[in-house]
Amino acid sequence: MAEETRLKVRIDREKCQGHARCYALAPELFELDEMGNGRERGDGTVAPGLEHKAHLAQANCPELAIEVIEEQRS
Amino acid sequence: MSGPAPVHDWATDFDHRDPRWIEDPYSIWDQLRRSCPIARTERFSGAYFPSRYADVKAIAYDTEHFSSRRIIVRETRPPLIPAPPITSDPPAHRPAKQVLLPAFTPEAIGRHAPRTRDICRALIARFADKDGCDAAVEYAQEIPVRVIAHMLGVPEHEGDLYRKWIHEILELGITDIQIALRASDEMVAYFAGHIAERRARPRDDLIDYLINVRIEGRPLSDEHINGTLRLLLIAGIDTTWSAIGSCLWHLAGHPQDRRRLVAESSLMSSAVEEFLRAYAPVTMAREVVKETRIGGCTFTPGHMVLLSFPAANRDPTEFPDADRVVLDRKENRHAAFGLGIHRCVGSNLARMEIRVALEEWLGHISDFRLDPRASVTWSQGTVRGPRRLPVLFGA
Repeated sequence: MAEETRLKVRIDREKCQGHARCYALAPELFELDEMGNGRERGDGTVAPGLEHKAHLAQANCPELAIEVIEEQRS
Repeated sequence: MSGPAPVHDWATDFDHRDPRWIEDPYSIWDQLRRSCPIARTERFSGAYFPSRYADVKAIAYDTEHFSSRRIIVRETRPPLIPAPPITSDPPAHRPAKQVLLPAFTPEAIGRHAPRTRDICRALIARFADKDGCDAAVEYAQEIPVRVIAHMLGVPEHEGDLYRKWIHEILELGITDIQIALRASDEMVAYFAGHIAERRARPRDDLIDYLINVRIEGRPLSDEHINGTLRLLLIAGIDTTWSAIGSCLWHLAGHPQDRRRLVAESSLMSSAVEEFLRAYAPVTMAREVVKETRIGGCTFTPGHMVLLSFPAANRDPTEFPDADRVVLDRKENRHAAFGLGIHRCVGSNLARMEIRVALEEWLGHISDFRLDPRASVTWSQGTVRGPRRLPVLFGA
C-alpha cells in the first residue's frame, strides 16, 4: 500500500500572543478564541490542497508558535 | 530651538533625536548592525540600542531583567505614570491585558470597519477634486483619531487636543519632562471627567466597558481605568496615523508598487504586512532592572533600552532583502506590533484602519506623487511617520 503523508498543524498556546496572522492567512486551519488567540481547528488535520496555507501561516507567525507536523500513514 | 548635541559616534553616543536619525535611521541601523549591534549612550542617563532582530526579541521576551514600567527613553527618569497593560510587568500584566482583548479581536474590530470607510471617504471628498493635498495632515492623521474617539466615546472633533497631548508626551517630553507631565495631568483630568459622567449616565462605549469589567470579581480602580484610557488614546492615534502616512509616502515614490497594488487587490494583505515591516512606526523602551548579558553585552540596572521594532524589521539576517519593499513577501515574521506578552493590543484595529485607508485612497486616487516643490517632514522620537506629506494627484 502506498505511503501517504498528511499534515497537521498545532499552535503552542503558551507561545501564541494573538497576532492573529494564522487566522488571517489560513482561516480554514485556524480559529481565534474570545481573547483573539489562535488555535487549530478540530484536531489540526490539514485537508488536501491546503498544505501551502499551513506553511504560509507558520512562516508568518512572529512568535514561532505554529508547528506543522508530517504524519506518515500507510 | 537648540536641539541635542550632535552625535559623533552612533555606537557609543547614539541619540534618536538627532536630525540625521530622524531623516534616515535605516542607514545608521545598518552600520550599527555590522559594527556594534548593541549601541550605547550616556545620554538619557544611560541607554542601549540593539539593532538585531534576535536581540530585540530576546529583550522583549525577558520580562525578568527588563521592565516595562518605563516605555519611553527620556532625558530624565520621571515618576512612574502607569498606563496598564503597556507599563505592567508580570504578574499584573496578564489580567490588565485580558480585560482589553475581547474588545480588540478581529471580529470586534470588524464592526468598526464600515464607519472607518465612511471617515476615509468623507476626508477624500474634501480634496479629491484638487491638484493635491497633504496626505499626512488632511488624511492619515484624521483617520485613527476619529475611530478611537468613537470607540472610547469621546468627541471626535477634539482631535487637535489629543494630538497636542501626544506631541507633548511622545516628542517634546523626551527632552523636557515638565511638558510631558503637564500633558499627562491634563489627560488624567480629562478622562476623570468622562469616567464620572459614565458613572452617572452609562453609555455603550469602551469607557463604560472598563467601568463594568471585573478582574477576579473586582472592578478596576479609577486610576487603572484612567491609565488604560490614556494608553488607548495615545497608542491609538499617532501610531496608525504614522503607518498610513508611511504607506502613502512609499506608494507616492514607487509607481510600480502603486500600480501593482491597484491592479492586484488580492495583494493588499501581504502589502500591508510588508509596509508594517519596512516602516514599523513604533519604538518602545524597557528599563533594565536586573543585570544580564544579551548579544555579548552586559545590561546594567537603571539604564534604559531603546527597543526598536523598526530596526529589528530591517535585519537582513531575519528578512532577506530587508531594505526593499516586497509587496508579496511570503515569509514575514515582522515585529511591528512587538513580540512576546506586550504584543500591541490594537494590532487588529491598526491593520483594519491601514487596509481601509489604503483601499479608499487607491480607489479614488490611483495616481499620485510627492510634490517636488514641498518637503516631507518626519516625527521625532518614539513613533516614526510623516507629519507633512505633500502629494500631487496624477501620474
